[in-house]
Amino acid sequence: MIFIEDLTVRFGGVVSLDAMTAQFPEGTCGLIGPNGAGKTTFFNVMSGFVTPASGRVVIDGTNILAMPDFRRARWGLRRTFQTEQAIETLTVFENVATVYEHSGSGSRANRKTAVMDALDFVGLTAVAHDKVRTLRAKERRFIEVARAVVGSPKVVMLDEPAAGLPDEETAELRAIIRGIPGRTGATVILVDHDMELVQACCDFTAVLDFGSLLASGPTAEVLRNERVMQAYLGVEDV
Amino acid sequence: MTATATVPPPGRTSPVAAVGRLASQRWFTPALVVVLLVIALFVIPSAFDPFWIANFTQMALFAPVVASSGLLYGRVGLVSLGQVAPYAIGTWMTLRLGHGTSLPIPVIIVLGGVVAAVLGVLIGLPALRVSGLYLALVTLMLAAGVEILIAEIKFPNGGSGFKGLSKSISGIKALRRPSFATTDVTYYRFVVIAGVMLLLVAAAMLAGKPGRAWASIRQSEAAALTSGIHVTRYKMLAFALASFMAGAAGGLFAGAVPKGMSIDAFTRQAAVFLIAVTIMGGIQSLWGGILGAFFATCFLKFLTQNVVGHAFWTRFSLSMFGFGLLMNLVQSTKAAEKKGIAP
Repeated sequence: MIFIEDLTVRFGGVVSLDAMTAQFPEGTCGLIGPNGAGKTTFFNVMSGFVTPASGRVVIDGTNILAMPDFRRARWGLRRTFQTEQAIETLTVFENVATVYEHSGSGSRANRKTAVMDALDFVGLTAVAHDKVRTLRAKERRFIEVARAVVGSPKVVMLDEPAAGLPDEETAELRAIIRGIPGRTGATVILVDHDMELVQACCDFTAVLDFGSLLASGPTAEVLRNERVMQAYLGVEDV
Repeated sequence: MTATATVPPPGRTSPVAAVGRLASQRWFTPALVVVLLVIALFVIPSAFDPFWIANFTQMALFAPVVASSGLLYGRVGLVSLGQVAPYAIGTWMTLRLGHGTSLPIPVIIVLGGVVAAVLGVLIGLPALRVSGLYLALVTLMLAAGVEILIAEIKFPNGGSGFKGLSKSISGIKALRRPSFATTDVTYYRFVVIAGVMLLLVAAAMLAGKPGRAWASIRQSEAAALTSGIHVTRYKMLAFALASFMAGAAGGLFAGAVPKGMSIDAFTRQAAVFLIAVTIMGGIQSLWGGILGAFFATCFLKFLTQNVVGHAFWTRFSLSMFGFGLLMNLVQSTKAAEKKGIAP
């Protein structure tokens, strides 16, 4: 379980997260909301790029916001970004190995097995020793997923992983995302605007609007929620 | 860049593709290193006169300095204009210990590198709070500080006291050389081997865990942090390595200069010249260090000695280096635009 308690982030006068309180159960959870709702800000708080004005995030009894940023990966926090972050100058293998060796995931002796295992999971073993800059967009995206699942992650945050991918590639990605909790035991938080993807991957979904929790619960119920539909579609003024 | 790689039809290969295929072979780099080392150690000493041997010595010891500056810029993304500072510190330390103690010269050179690395890290620590243009400015100022300091205390020349300065002109001594490398040719060979060793240390670091961390930091510090990379620690390690390389090269320089070291090689102008040849040589690979050092030493000397009169050509060739730098920047900006990334 991930407990988010009273998380507030202000940028000057703008309140990005407004006493956000939510819980994510184990498995794959969706985090949705209109643009500017605070989804990426929440991820940035988790990564340590943004220091919240108040609040805690407690996972397995640990307030991870109290940890120095680089230690959070060692603890088991992983994420992908909206913009592509696979390291261009390294090979696919080296990309994933970098996360493995710096996140203290395991011994050097197991490195090759663990990395190849992660690459197998996303279907990139064939290009393991190719430089990232020679690869296609989909493959680069999948490298980032491999980076997020190598070793022993506890929480995997995916920030719009399907953005810009054509339908058939999104379908491939969907199968991969659904497999993450079973493979690693990690809780996955998926941010995406593709509701089909969220519906297919997530049993549980939380909705943010204006920095606070609007609704949360089983995905199908949440997406039928009237307030959620209003937040997305707007309210007709009478 | 989303275009798929195009596979050339079989049976048609251009010479460029052939060279590319050759260069991508696993044995290629080690083989090239061995061939060039044989040329440097045996062909050059028998083919050139003492004047050119002196220039090749300068090139061999300057290569690690250029490579250190290229490593910081190209591999870690830190624009340092201050690599002449550890170079100067290494030279000073080697002169001081070489004149003042009876330690073997190779040991002293390593010590000079270590002192430069320690000072490089101490100086680098506050500098790492800034990046880009500001880091460039801060490091240039630090280099200027070291220049002023050394201009004040001067390089040791065989005298006594902390500064090691001789009171009389007759007391000025050249630094002793290692017993196995007292002649110019043997000292040249010693410098080549030492320079190659410094480059190999850097190559080993780049191929390992630090190299992957640096590549990660260079592309995105945010992504590096979320991979668990201690960004500050790895930047410090880069500064330490680069300062060690430049410092040890300074030690080699101390033995290459006949008598009385001048400040000329360590001025702010030298600092800017260094970054120019670094970029001209290429910052993506350590080979760029060798090429940049070639531009800065033998090539420049060839132009000044053999092409036109000395004073005019020196000035003219320096502005030509500016032009070369400009061309390089224009080309890399174009390449960056092609890839859809901001320069």
